[in-house]
Amino acid sequence: MGRITVDEQRCKGCGLCINVCPKKILKLSEDKLNDKGYSFMVCFNMDECIGCAGCAMMCPDIAIEVER
Amino acid sequence: MERNLMKGNEALAEAAIRAGCKCFFGYPITPQTEISAYMAKRMPKIGGVFLQAESEIGAINMVLGAASTGTRVMTSSSSPGISLKAEGISYIAGSDLPCVIINVQRGGPGLGGIQPSQADYWQATKALGHGDFHVIVFAPSTVQEMVDLVTKAFDLADIYRMPTMILADGLLGQMMEPVTFPDQQSINEYDKSWAADGHKNKRKHNIINSLILSPEDLEKSVQERFERYDKIAKEEAMAQCYLTDDADIVLVAYGATARVTQSAVDLAREKGIKAGLVRPQTLWPFPADHIRTASENASSLLCVEMSMGQMIDDVKLAINCSKPVHFYGRTGGVIPTPTEILTEIENISGGAKE
Amino acid sequence: MSNTEKTTKKVFTRPNALADVPTHYCPGCTHGIVHRLIAEAIDELDCLGDAIGVCPVGCSVMAYDYFNCDMIQAPHGRAPAVATGVKRAKPDNIVFTYQGDGDLAAIGTGETVHAATRGENITIIFINNTTYGMTGGQMAPTTLPGQVTQTTPYGRDTDTAGFPIRVSEMLATLDGVAYAERVSVDNIKNVNRAKKAIKKAFEYQTQKKGFTIIEVLSTCPTNWGLDPVKSLKWLEENMMPYYPLGVYKDKEAQ
Repeated sequence: MGRITVDEQRCKGCGLCINVCPKKILKLSEDKLNDKGYSFMVCFNMDECIGCAGCAMMCPDIAIEVER
Repeated sequence: MERNLMKGNEALAEAAIRAGCKCFFGYPITPQTEISAYMAKRMPKIGGVFLQAESEIGAINMVLGAASTGTRVMTSSSSPGISLKAEGISYIAGSDLPCVIINVQRGGPGLGGIQPSQADYWQATKALGHGDFHVIVFAPSTVQEMVDLVTKAFDLADIYRMPTMILADGLLGQMMEPVTFPDQQSINEYDKSWAADGHKNKRKHNIINSLILSPEDLEKSVQERFERYDKIAKEEAMAQCYLTDDADIVLVAYGATARVTQSAVDLAREKGIKAGLVRPQTLWPFPADHIRTASENASSLLCVEMSMGQMIDDVKLAINCSKPVHFYGRTGGVIPTPTEILTEIENISGGAKE
Repeated sequence: MSNTEKTTKKVFTRPNALADVPTHYCPGCTHGIVHRLIAEAIDELDCLGDAIGVCPVGCSVMAYDYFNCDMIQAPHGRAPAVATGVKRAKPDNIVFTYQGDGDLAAIGTGETVHAATRGENITIIFINNTTYGMTGGQMAPTTLPGQVTQTTPYGRDTDTAGFPIRVSEMLATLDGVAYAERVSVDNIKNVNRAKKAIKKAFEYQTQKKGFTIIEVLSTCPTNWGLDPVKSLKWLEENMMPYYPLGVYKDKEAQ
């Protein structure tokens, strides 16, 4: 079981996390933007998260915290 | 008091060590190489650092690094090498770092020659790099004065957090004169809480920086620096006056040229011409008040330089062009003789009075 | 509280040495990953109070705001000389530079080579992304043959613009170099390797072994004109063949 927390304001929507997620449970926000105008990453199925932290390791903005 | 017969360059290096200079970064260039050679010999013995850099650019940036840690640091070079250091000096000034830079001037432009010159006056006092900034420039005219001014250069650099320069020339660097060093020199300590020397988890991180992207903030930072410059201009300008009280013609000369000029003043006096000399010891700040006061009763001034005429602009400004300011100079490494200068004095004052 | 919440613990958080501020880097730029790896190495070696970073001109010029250790901003290309001055004045501090390819391998080649050959006990983190990022994507000394940049609009023609410099290989020939490794941050495995390399370089420095350099193959999505994910692929397919990953010098292994 894992859990990620995304700092929506830090996220620049680059998508590197989405690309490496083994469970494919991450996507960019579709109807919301952060204050800087970026779509930000959301986890749409946290129950599937295994807490591997791959997303966080690829995040250039250190916008993801991971619990396991 | 310890009295030694020493070469100018070596005396200067020894004085720097006694003033607490812990790091020296240099690059060989005539006619200042003895400074590096002396530092190479002495620094390892006192636990200091001597490093021969890969270039003058490397050396001045090593100075930037050591100065950032709050360490007393010096570099030396000669004219073409100072041009290479210009970038680093601008960054050092923009980062408010203290250091001492020696320029033992030689003839220019380009590779020029290796004989004494004062053709870097403009560079030293007006444009030692890009941007709005100054360095304090000292102009010694004896080996003893080189020694005395080095300590002052380190102190003022620390007090005002800015680079200071000793503007010497090949003549002073190479000549041997007796010098006296104080037996036990106390080294003044100044606040270095701004230094990037590792915060030991005891304070917020320090940043040494010259990049300010907001125009308003950059302007404010430069204006604050210029408030410091105003204080320096008021308090640190230095000059010596010689026989100026009754002088009808006031000569202005600095460095090695002042020695020759003083002889010319003596020759003129022997001929009944009331000549005097103002010798600036700081070139920035320029001792304008000294010159104005000393020439109040004179009818003209004569600026003597080993250049085509650079300091003369500041002399004219000092007296607001209220009197004729004549010029005599030799350049390219040629040293003016007292008789040449005497002839000039005679021409200006209408010949010998006896 | 559910059982899950009781038993979970944080396995990934921002390192202490990295300032808690947003960076100015473009979306997907890998500078941020490398910053984190440096900060983690500093945390793990517990040397934040002794570390002094030097960042010269380029996209990373404002890195002084991103690390919590003392920081110095250096003139373009001069970071190895500045770091030399710092280290000689304060030999017990941990001194690192963070330099791009234009900075390190063009304008600062002299400073880099001589710091290396002196065996200056500093660590250089060298970001190779084949371009001048901050000025808008001009040809760098590491731009690949045929690569289109703002100043090689028809592709880098090696007849007129010469060949890329392989920095790690070049520096590995110098006796003063204690450690030189080329790493990449294009995938999780390589990010972990990069972290190990950076930490090793810092460890060598604490052991006073000499000059260490970690070259990091990185991306510049904005100036490459590719999205961040495609940029990683481009790095793997184009940069890695020309700049093979690996340890080029390890004084301890010899």
